[in-house]
Amino acid sequence: MIGPRSIVTEDGWRDAIARLASGRATLLGLWGDKPDVTMALLDEGTGKVDVFGYTCINGQYPSVGAQHPPAIRLERTIRDLQGLDAIGCSDRRPWLTHDDEPYAFLPTEGDALHQIAVGPVHAGIIEPGHFRFTANGEFVVRLEQRLGYVHKGIEGLMTGATLDTAARLAARVSGDSTVAYSYAFALAAETASQIAPPPRAVYLRALMAEFERLANHLGDIGAVCNDAAFALMHAQTGILRERVLRASQDCFGHRLMMDIIVPGGVARDIAPDGVKQIGDLLAEIRRIFPHLVSVYDNTASLQDRTVGTGIVKPEFARQFGAGGFVGRASGRAFDARRALAYAPYDRLTFDVPVLSAGDVNARIWIRIREVEQSLALIDQIVGALPDGATKIELPPHGACEGLALAEAFRGDALVWLRLDDQGRVARCHLRDASWFQWPLLETAIDGNIVADFPLCNKSFNCSYAGHDA
Amino acid sequence: MRKTMLESVLRGTLTEPPPQPDQTGLDELAASVNRAARGRLGHSLSIRHVDAGSCNGCELEIHALANAFYDLERFGLRFVASPRHADVLTVTGPVTANMRDALLRTYDAMPDPKWVVAIGACGADGGIFAGSPAVVGGVKDVLPVDLTIRGCPPSPRQLLAGLLALLETAA
Repeated sequence: MIGPRSIVTEDGWRDAIARLASGRATLLGLWGDKPDVTMALLDEGTGKVDVFGYTCINGQYPSVGAQHPPAIRLERTIRDLQGLDAIGCSDRRPWLTHDDEPYAFLPTEGDALHQIAVGPVHAGIIEPGHFRFTANGEFVVRLEQRLGYVHKGIEGLMTGATLDTAARLAARVSGDSTVAYSYAFALAAETASQIAPPPRAVYLRALMAEFERLANHLGDIGAVCNDAAFALMHAQTGILRERVLRASQDCFGHRLMMDIIVPGGVARDIAPDGVKQIGDLLAEIRRIFPHLVSVYDNTASLQDRTVGTGIVKPEFARQFGAGGFVGRASGRAFDARRALAYAPYDRLTFDVPVLSAGDVNARIWIRIREVEQSLALIDQIVGALPDGATKIELPPHGACEGLALAEAFRGDALVWLRLDDQGRVARCHLRDASWFQWPLLETAIDGNIVADFPLCNKSFNCSYAGHDA
Repeated sequence: MRKTMLESVLRGTLTEPPPQPDQTGLDELAASVNRAARGRLGHSLSIRHVDAGSCNGCELEIHALANAFYDLERFGLRFVASPRHADVLTVTGPVTANMRDALLRTYDAMPDPKWVVAIGACGADGGIFAGSPAVVGGVKDVLPVDLTIRGCPPSPRQLLAGLLALLETAA
């Protein structure tokens, strides 16, 4: 999608920071590629993406986070992983490396405050992370997150890897978004090598991406209700989710469709009876799902928990460039499928639902509307599925680079890839949507009661694995 | 809501017959389980799960064990919130350097007798992440492992077959 970066001078770098700080651009990513730092910016009005590189002097670069807070955690990560230092950034604590025990949580001052430390091991079957609550009675006055527990050094493992190995690593950044990551990685590799995959592969990719969205949204809608002690919805959406996963297994040979999207196309075609199976699946979801939506809409005790809880202010969603249902429930209409219009979404008809309330309820409704949109998209994709090959080989291209975004169920996944002249990965950066959603969870819980935190957290459903990588 | 509940009752059960206990799992366990422990626990096991570095793919399939099709609790297997209540520790992921201590502390908090189940290709030996400086290795590099359920991720049926093998041997 987006070709090589432009190398800028310090003035150019500072101009870019000014664009971010004044709200004229949204930060899509900031990463190190020694001796350079690189940032990707989005102009929300035109959908244009700029990628700027700045060559560090003595391992130092002017801080973005000093003027644009969404960059702070990214700069801490760059210092941890590449040793490049953001000059002017006030927060100098490590982020993904945990060598500095005990971690210095931000101080809180006031009467009658107490702290509650939660994690990294949580009470349920969920990923590890630490939440430090400062509370006054039942009310949360500050939440500070500490992440990085599942940091596996994926970008380090990718450096020097073959494209095949790197694609398999990309598929395991966040298992719930394995299709979206493989999609973004393949798009980045194809952009860098300047080739286009066969038309049939283009449509099969979108089919898998919508299956993944459907399965996750169905699971989430029930899981959020379950955290409000409403188990019926969880049981019912759990059945629909399982049916989607089984159809994925039957159509593509893997319940999560891992490693099917590869650079150059897709690794396998849909099963011969796949289209019929999809028809049956969609009919079943369309028969059951409207009843479940009406149960959600008409259960006052459930709405009492979700309406007005965990509000993300629209100005924060805009400033942080929050994607997915977190952004769209708080007025930010960005959806990579629409804004970047990558094939085949440029030829498909769909709505991007947007609400402004920003509460748990709004994040559920965005998911409900997106389930409906995905069903309609799957109809269109199956109807327009072209015949022909499903994969082409990537020709040798010499050193090259490319950036791509794919819309995962929780928001845009960004992959920036630089290949060396042997076609191996020289550097790859993968940025999960969670990077710009986790900080907003800290704001959303403000003034809520401690007991509503699981509900808020589930309504975000940020990825620990995707963030920590 | 009543209509939806009634319909799900009338539709009949979705729950499927269980798979056979995994034979490889049975063999693996035969060596490690103290027979004296069997009588004490009865036919039930409480499981504490720790994600020690997973991509969360395994967690999705472990979650699926609770859905109407697999209904894990009918076998007396149940996930508990505290390691103090657990007989079995299931662990996913390569064990990251940042999760090693938390994993060990969870294990230490469990009463004896206890069993450890490594789940997934990464739980087995670190999988695709083996060799990264941020990763310690597979679960066996940190804890004594009694059973390994491979797969990337293992399907709910594979997980169930492995856990049933554990139930047959341990409980």
